[in-house]
Amino acid sequence: MQPDWPLEIHRELTAAGVTVVGYVPDAGHKRLIELCQADKRMRAVPLTTEEEGIGLVAGAWLGGEKSVLLMQSSGVGNLVNVLGMIKVCRFPLVMIVTMRGEQGEFNPWQVPMGESTARVLETMSVAVRQAGDAQTVAGHVHAAIGLAYETQGAQAVLIAQRVIGIKSFQEQRNQ
Amino acid sequence: MTLHRRDVVCELLKDRGDLLVIAGLGSTAWDITAAGDTELNFPMWGAMGQAAMMGLGLALAQPKRRVLVITGDGEMLMGIGSLATIGVQQPANLAVVVIDNERYGETGMQRTHTADGVDLTSVAAACKFRHSITATQDVAAVRQLVYRSAGPNFATVKVADDKLPLVLPPKDGVLLRARFRRALLGSSADVLPEER
Repeated sequence: MQPDWPLEIHRELTAAGVTVVGYVPDAGHKRLIELCQADKRMRAVPLTTEEEGIGLVAGAWLGGEKSVLLMQSSGVGNLVNVLGMIKVCRFPLVMIVTMRGEQGEFNPWQVPMGESTARVLETMSVAVRQAGDAQTVAGHVHAAIGLAYETQGAQAVLIAQRVIGIKSFQEQRNQ
Repeated sequence: MTLHRRDVVCELLKDRGDLLVIAGLGSTAWDITAAGDTELNFPMWGAMGQAAMMGLGLALAQPKRRVLVITGDGEMLMGIGSLATIGVQQPANLAVVVIDNERYGETGMQRTHTADGVDLTSVAAACKFRHSITATQDVAAVRQLVYRSAGPNFATVKVADDKLPLVLPPKDGVLLRARFRRALLGSSADVLPEER
């Protein structure tokens, strides 16, 4: 049986004391976003573009609070220049990215960024952790938060599309 | 009377108390430095478009402190969606002030969208900022929004397109981050929140 990985991620965020969660919605993050919105210990912040999340994270850390960003792989492409600030200032950064453009993809427009997500992140000095199955997701998130805040680093957890399991527009709409 | 950017920023930051200040890259970073470099200034040297969002993150993390974002019209235009994001969050302790010379000052004084009448004050009002004003003569009303009125507040201050001597803050990002956190959080800046 698949573990309830969104619930497990939420537990990791709670245990780590994350208080700010910036997100651009993705079908794969639907349940986790709802869990964060319902949690009074966290401020869920919807963003108009993923880029805004980098400013949000940096500002929150200047003020002493931990945060994470939730986004889809296509959104990683919106971050490239502003990730430079994360590197040059050594702001802790944790991104939890649901993948598109992988196994089961139905939309060819999702493929170019999906195929490039890990390389784009690594090019901008964000460490990439690939969560290829549901059992490993929470462990990767735990490790990413720990490393980001203990070592002032940038970490991304990529959750494989087969974990999310959306294979058609209809399934996505029915989520 | 035409306003000049350095006078405006000096006046806004006079007797600033424990105000926390983020400045967008370019001229506004030099302006806040000309007014007096302090640890509770975070002047940006890059990440164009992110000044207002840094202010939001800081305002959410420090709800008891007043946070001021001072940025330019070009920088604000690049992050214009962040006005909508701030409008949704409604941080009472955040003010965003755009020093609007209608030019990209660092790249050859090219005209920005505001030179052709795009009105950031109206955008902010439409994005649910509690107060949103344009100042052309003096900054008394802007000071009121920064220091006293509940926010989120927004002001456009129209200024001359002066080309001024650079007054540069430190550019080491790690230093800027660390000095700001130390000054704000004290010795607890050096440990994680759960260890405080």
